Amino acid sequence: MAELAIGPLSILLALPVLGALLLLFAPRRKHALFAIALLAAGLEFLWSVKIFALFDGASGEMQLVERLRWMPAFGIDYIVGIDGISLFLVLLTTLLTPVAILASWSVENKLKEYLIFMLLLETGMLGAFVALDLFLFYVFWEVMLVPMYFLIGVWGGTRRIYAALKFVVYTMAGSLLMLVAIIYLATRHAQTDQALTFDLLKLYGLRLPLDQQMWLFLAFALSFAIKVPLFPFHTWLPDAHVEAPTAGSVILAGVLLKLGTYGFLRFAMPLFPDAALLMGPVIAALAVIGIIYGAVVAMMQGDIKKLVAYSSVSHLGFVMLGLFALNLQGVQGGIYQMINHGLSTGALFLLVGMIYDRRHTRLISEFGGLWKQLPVFSAILMVVMFSSVGLPGLNGFIGEFLILLGSFKVSPFLTAAAATGVILGAIYMLWMFRRVIFGPLSNPANEKLADLNGREIGLLAPILFLIVLMGVYPQPFLQRMQPAVELTLKRIAAVSSAPVTPDHGAPAETQGNGR
Amino acid sequence: MDANLMPLLPMVQVLVTALVVMVRDLFIDEHEPRGFLAFISLIGLGLAGAECVALWGGQQSAFGESLVLDNFALYFALIFILFAALTILSAIQYLRQRAIHEGEFYALVLFATAGMMLMAAANDLLVFFLGLETMSIAVYVLTGMWRASERASEASMKYFIMGAFATGFLLYGIALIYGATGATNLNRIAEFLVEQPSDWPLYLVGGGFLLLVGFAFKAGAVPFHFWIPDVYEGAPTPVTGFMAAAVKAAAFAAWARILLQKLSPLDADWFFPLWVIAIITMTLGNLLALTQSSVKRMLAYSSIAHAGYLLIAIVAGAEWGGLPLVFYLAAYGLMTVGAFAVLTCVADEEAANESYRDFAGLGFKRPFLGMAMSLFMLSLAGFPPLAGFTGKFYIFRGAVLSGQVGLAIIGVLNSLLSVIYYLRVIVAMYMEEGGAPGKSFAQAPYVYIAIALAVIGTIYLGLLPALPLDWSRAAFAALE
Repeated sequence: MAELAIGPLSILLALPVLGALLLLFAPRRKHALFAIALLAAGLEFLWSVKIFALFDGASGEMQLVERLRWMPAFGIDYIVGIDGISLFLVLLTTLLTPVAILASWSVENKLKEYLIFMLLLETGMLGAFVALDLFLFYVFWEVMLVPMYFLIGVWGGTRRIYAALKFVVYTMAGSLLMLVAIIYLATRHAQTDQALTFDLLKLYGLRLPLDQQMWLFLAFALSFAIKVPLFPFHTWLPDAHVEAPTAGSVILAGVLLKLGTYGFLRFAMPLFPDAALLMGPVIAALAVIGIIYGAVVAMMQGDIKKLVAYSSVSHLGFVMLGLFALNLQGVQGGIYQMINHGLSTGALFLLVGMIYDRRHTRLISEFGGLWKQLPVFSAILMVVMFSSVGLPGLNGFIGEFLILLGSFKVSPFLTAAAATGVILGAIYMLWMFRRVIFGPLSNPANEKLADLNGREIGLLAPILFLIVLMGVYPQPFLQRMQPAVELTLKRIAAVSSAPVTPDHGAPAETQGNGR
Repeated sequence: MDANLMPLLPMVQVLVTALVVMVRDLFIDEHEPRGFLAFISLIGLGLAGAECVALWGGQQSAFGESLVLDNFALYFALIFILFAALTILSAIQYLRQRAIHEGEFYALVLFATAGMMLMAAANDLLVFFLGLETMSIAVYVLTGMWRASERASEASMKYFIMGAFATGFLLYGIALIYGATGATNLNRIAEFLVEQPSDWPLYLVGGGFLLLVGFAFKAGAVPFHFWIPDVYEGAPTPVTGFMAAAVKAAAFAAWARILLQKLSPLDADWFFPLWVIAIITMTLGNLLALTQSSVKRMLAYSSIAHAGYLLIAIVAGAEWGGLPLVFYLAAYGLMTVGAFAVLTCVADEEAANESYRDFAGLGFKRPFLGMAMSLFMLSLAGFPPLAGFTGKFYIFRGAVLSGQVGLAIIGVLNSLLSVIYYLRVIVAMYMEEGGAPGKSFAQAPYVYIAIALAVIGTIYLGLLPALPLDWSRAAFAALE
């Protein structure tokens, strides 16, 4: 790619910051502030659609690459680029941000700062998805924490300060070790290739001995596993979700968690393929434990938001299982499921937020028989719930099916265990739905509830549209991912000393367990 | 005898300014405004800074190589000048509110600055000692200048007694080294060490260790850190900022020139003790900072922790640690001076108003102060893209390159600890309601200038560090 000064991706990163700056000097009037924030986020979405149009779906290489010298003395550059893996995550981010902003209509307190943090958060997330320099990636990875910290800490629920601190400390515990690993990796590259660089694409070519790979992989994996969150690193998640404001939860579940799984796929696995292959079964096992554990705990929750939060642990377990199947179906299914989860869980949090705005409670026992009073709400919740449990015809099915297909080739045993998670998922969701929506309308507090208004339906509509579209017509999505996924798998197979081909790269011990 | 007096120019400039301020102060009536003295000081500092910039790149020495004005000395001279200027800016209103003598204050800050410049330029142990004493005595007095405050008097006394004790160690170390090598000039000593690479008398190594003790005291490294919390807490807040930023930088600058560079053949002897001290200093500083309820005291303990990070750079050695050390001192100083400047706006006239609770509501009542303080705290905690992160990144990188991966890991884990207490300030400013009723925050335009400058510096060093890094490299290269 030619050396560009300011390309489309830099504009993508700059737009929300410009919006935030504009907000800083805007008058403190609700409509003006919302107008600016929505304009910035809306333009951002349109710009990402333009990037989608510019994107060449037939190529698996990085596209729209921009390079700029940043700290030449340390080999640190500003490098951004996009491929079929990050493309959809970028689109998901730019879609969910305006939706989340629109869902924040009920925020009255310190609205200006709130919207500024939302926009800064968007830049942080997008930056992490498009950064191709490890240092740059780390910068965005950390930058993201600050606005999220404020969103939870200032606008959150009663235990918000505790939850915000826990969120930051957990995330940083992982990422700081990753920082040492990044430095070490670049140092090793400088020693062997005589070129000081943090350029990811160059570092892909480095081949380290297995013991070093293991340490580095563990450092990266810890950081990403906390973010995913992989069992047993998930304990920050329910706190952060429950205390975060609705929009914070939507972004947290919709996008932030995907950064963990994306990190595995983009960094930890291709950089340290031998270690990834060796640790694959362990991580897959943890993922399956997470699937079942998340589902069982979700079933026991009395608070709808907590239920959705734990269901995230379960769903992200599926994503991890797919990624570590290390074959085309598994990885594609994993990425597909990342987007599904972003849409369906994002929508679930929005719906929970809407009912909370009306009743100021989220306890399942407070509801029942809502379909009489809230028919539109009930219908939308039903669609989203079915998407979440993987009903054929909706997006969740495609993702889960591909993941199970991919992982079955590697480990039938783990796949079977994971499949019970699908059943458990159906149980806790349907049970929650039955208790909230059906039955007699016994609680008098629910008798005067108003159904969804135009704004609320409007912000849910694009998500519903995509849930159906991705369920019935997955081809355009899968097609654009495929070359990039194949390239990533090839990288893992090529660098790795073990002879693996993308399709039957099954580590022996996992298969042994299966029989 | 060479009669080149050029290397003295910036120092003399600062000293003359100090004298002018002091003498002019005598001719002002008790109740006349003295604000213009601050501006005389700032102009003097500005001129000295311009002279440093003009002399940049030269390698001049005076008095038989006992004073060297190389890039290293100039770099630190500029840093000291900057910190002194920020301190004066943030002190103007603070002094007035508390009826602290202004003229003497500015003059003493200038004297201390000249002493620091001498320390960084000294190429002779005795000249270094001269600079150290000039700085120290001025700072002892500055610490106790708020005479109405008992805490300040206590702090000053404590600082003076402990400091005098540490100075004794230092002087004894110089004597021992002189006894072993027959020289106080660093070049002669270095030659001696190279010519006789082994069988040094035990008292030479012992002398080196005594020097180390003196440096560790001024830098605030464990186990010579006990004075820091009390002195930092008791001293007038702008003085605390000055101490944390500039005094620490001066101590480490001399440390870098004398121990890291000229006496580097002794490295093997103090490598292990320093390695241990670095770890204990970071960890203890951070753990104790966690338990504080006063922000000022927390910053004092955190300055101990930062001395620990700086020691990582020292352990990494001159080749890998030199540049990070020099860069980090500038970065750390900027954000620290900024943080203490914000603190001056929070404290009330009566005294001790520096607990976390006193910050409650600051973020939304004073958006600028809140934003600046958040920035300083995030930078101190090592969030990118701010100066503190860039500095830490280079230090840890230096540690990894020199093979000290373990030290780097302990360093990042310590950073994590520090996140908890730095974020508590932000929690207080933005997330806790109210605070004391009627609590107001001082409106102080000059402080705002200092804070704004520190904010700009913190962002600049974090986001676009390429140019400052070149300066740091040029500075450290001058030592080799």
